[in-house]
Amino acid sequence: MITSSHDVVLVGGGAAGLRAAIAVAQSDPRLSIAVVSKVYPMRSHTVSAEGGAAAVVRPDDSLDEHAYDTISGGDWLCDQDAVEAFVKEAPEEMLRLEHWGCPWSREADGRIAVRPFGGMKKMRTWFAADKTGFHLLHTLFQTSLQYTRVVRYDECFVTKLLVEDGRVQGVTAIELMSGQVRAITAKAVILCTGGCGRVFPFTTNANIKNGDGMALAYRAGVPLKDMEFVQYHPTGLPFTGILITEAARAEGGWLLNKDGYRYLQDYNLGTPQPYPVLRSMELGPRDRLSQAFVKEMEKGRTLSGPYGPVVHLDLRHLGEKVITTKLPFVRELCLKYQNIDPITELIPVRPVVHYMMGGVHTDINGATPLPGLFAAGEAACVSINGANRLGSNSLPECLVFGARAGRAAAAFAANQPEASPSVLAQAAEEQRRLERELLHKTEGRERIAVLREEMQRIMENSAGIYRSGAALTEAAGKLRQLQERFRHVALHDHSRTFNTEWTAALELSYMLDVAETIVQSALRREESRGAHQRTDFPARDDQRYLAHSLAYRNADGSCRIEYLPVTITRWPPGERVYGK
Amino acid sequence: MSDTIILHVARYRPEIETEPTFQEYQTPCRKDWVVLDALNYIKDKVDGTLSYRWSCRMGICGSCGMTVNGEPKLTCAAFLTDYAPGPVRVEPLRNFPIVRDLVIEMSDFMRKLVQVKPWLIRAEEKPLSEGEYLQTPEELDEYKQFSMCINCMLCYAACPVYGLEPHFIGPAALALAQRYNLDSRDQGGRERMELLSDHTGIWGCTFVGECTKACPKSVDPAAAIQRYKLKAALEWFKSFLMPRGTS
Amino acid sequence: MNQTPIYTEFHSRWYRRRTSTYWWLRRPSYLAFILRELSSLFVAWFVIFTLVQIQALSQGAEGYQRFQDWSKQPVVLIVNLIALFFVVFHAITWFKLAPQAMVIRLHGKRVPAAWIAGSNYVVWALASALVAWIILGG
Repeated sequence: MITSSHDVVLVGGGAAGLRAAIAVAQSDPRLSIAVVSKVYPMRSHTVSAEGGAAAVVRPDDSLDEHAYDTISGGDWLCDQDAVEAFVKEAPEEMLRLEHWGCPWSREADGRIAVRPFGGMKKMRTWFAADKTGFHLLHTLFQTSLQYTRVVRYDECFVTKLLVEDGRVQGVTAIELMSGQVRAITAKAVILCTGGCGRVFPFTTNANIKNGDGMALAYRAGVPLKDMEFVQYHPTGLPFTGILITEAARAEGGWLLNKDGYRYLQDYNLGTPQPYPVLRSMELGPRDRLSQAFVKEMEKGRTLSGPYGPVVHLDLRHLGEKVITTKLPFVRELCLKYQNIDPITELIPVRPVVHYMMGGVHTDINGATPLPGLFAAGEAACVSINGANRLGSNSLPECLVFGARAGRAAAAFAANQPEASPSVLAQAAEEQRRLERELLHKTEGRERIAVLREEMQRIMENSAGIYRSGAALTEAAGKLRQLQERFRHVALHDHSRTFNTEWTAALELSYMLDVAETIVQSALRREESRGAHQRTDFPARDDQRYLAHSLAYRNADGSCRIEYLPVTITRWPPGERVYGK
Repeated sequence: MSDTIILHVARYRPEIETEPTFQEYQTPCRKDWVVLDALNYIKDKVDGTLSYRWSCRMGICGSCGMTVNGEPKLTCAAFLTDYAPGPVRVEPLRNFPIVRDLVIEMSDFMRKLVQVKPWLIRAEEKPLSEGEYLQTPEELDEYKQFSMCINCMLCYAACPVYGLEPHFIGPAALALAQRYNLDSRDQGGRERMELLSDHTGIWGCTFVGECTKACPKSVDPAAAIQRYKLKAALEWFKSFLMPRGTS
Repeated sequence: MNQTPIYTEFHSRWYRRRTSTYWWLRRPSYLAFILRELSSLFVAWFVIFTLVQIQALSQGAEGYQRFQDWSKQPVVLIVNLIALFFVVFHAITWFKLAPQAMVIRLHGKRVPAAWIAGSNYVVWALASALVAWIILGG
């Protein structure tokens, strides 16, 4: 086995990972840093973010207002000390990106431009046209290239955290190009692997988002926090999960059921007008729109498409001029990737999974309870997103907490001894597992894709927009069965060279673990809060559940839930009010 | 229109083959399906051993570039119906070593990218406390187009110069260098000049223009390179007329 | 060729496709590119032709007459016709690409590509007219 050694190892090369890598390099230039990613860093899912990144810059705005919007948006499940740190450091981080060359959109006088965004009361969303995530990621990646202490392991798939003497001492990874298993030892490891939207059948998330880091931490005994909170976006294209931005509705787009009826009027969302009205009908909050879709489906008033039920987003009445001038990217996405022209055709849409509020449990510096292990970005849960993330908070979160985790990991690594030689024995054992149980395995009858689709169906039916105790209990049992069936998974590809069936199997096993934590956390939370809506417990219950759920893995592989109180500093829990 | 289509997919299994072969698959042909969806169908339902890269399926991550019926394409933006009734020939991108099936080896680009120094170079850093570097929308417009590169490698696959002369820095890396050269905040033009005005840099380009045609993001690398040639020639001419001993 | 491939456990054997000698026939744009490259030979030919012509001029009327007789031969005429075709081809393809290389701004707005290409043609036409006037009229 090839082994290499670094001070800090980053798993994942998206916004959080790259920001953390640069933070480590800047805080201690002697440290050797490795970025281990299963794709080239510029392919990371940060690249897909469109809207923008929130940070207070305008004189009429204040940090407190940003904090309040975030906390109320998160239905008071955010840790308020973390939110305060976040809003305070976000402007500086965004400015740093500007100094590194990010092409932020500008005012006529050359200053950074900001725009309004859903749930934000003031204009504080920085943007780089409609490709903010793309520009942010490429700026970070290109900037990181000048740090020679940062060594990249591109297309290396991490399979295990090496834990010895009560601390993390490295990872094992499959180098996709050669198929060899590597041991990369480290004094500190930062997980920046993003979310796990692929656990669900319809998601805006890229194919690579399988909850790798979450599962790695979970298996190493680190709890996953608030996993029941899964954000849906009401208008995604079925099948591809491509997101149709809120702007399409803000310009006057209508949501129609199979009878061509603007069904939102039946769900206490106002009366239909021919023109768009803020916070009414199609411009109601995301969760309410997604919930209305489910009700409509239950009434049998949705359409059935090749990929399940859909409703229609109608932009035709806006006319060619409005669509091509105001919504060019919407039209481009529809035309280029879905073969639909919104000028003449109805767009089939449905709610799609967009973001995981939950993740690896960390403190305000990205440190997990396991010494030496840190996490940042969507993979982590600090938590600033609470029960529902506010649009345009995720990119600055990657920067602020990526940097914090990087600095903390650098400080931690500086005081640690070298990895103990015994971790290599652990790595060798992992290599044997990967080869014996998967690569060289010749028997097995279960297809990866079949198991994956079943898991996704179970998740959508039980842990989707609406949940119930009965459905979740049933799902928990079915997921157990899937875990069992996974042991009989069949691999037909025994080549070492770029074996994507091998990695797909590993990804599926990660997703099965993560799915279980979502279902178990949802089952135990007997209230409705933010993105977690229980039909059997429709009200928020601050008495019992103003607390983070922590999902631990028991020795027998089952999942146990514990609770941790929410940190409240200055904003006592109140009602989430919309449109007043 | 038929509801299925035949794909001829290039296979190369380095452990058992000495050169690529083609394998035939039949997949559904739906209106909203792209070539990548057909490959995913094959991978999931027919043949799990097929290897290729993909991720976002919305033309921004740059992973899924392949040669479709002879043209370099992002397979997430290549509708099957445009190739109906088929068959569709799917091969790895040209001009790169083939690792396996549809997977190419692109570390050459990753090395060249570092060489052109694609980051903001300043003689003096402005402290964060003094705010942003001002940049008007017009100044942003100067380089914006060249900042849209998603590193998908289609331009390298289309460029015959790169095919014949692998040392050529190539369209995407040169365009990215120019992206920083044209950024009003950057002061590294001189630092990049030496490498870029080498024969493996801009002068390696013979202006075939295919990179620009292949680019899915309208970056126009050919323009970036020609504009730089013009600038380099003027610089050379100036230093020839007014030698200032700056070497 | 008949060797059994060696099984390499760790190092993948990358397949490097050889560029075909006839790669430039694969698509019209490559062919156009090769023809444009080739046209440089004919540009050179015109330069030499002009130099020879000047030398002939310097040798007086008799020498120039010899040059004219030589250049009236069918072979030279044909070569010149081919050269003219290539030089015109070079000019046209070059003008087509020119807007990409030149960014001209007027009042802060980018001048449209068609204008830049068009102005090249106008200058070409004027220059040709000037030459025609000198030779035929002057």
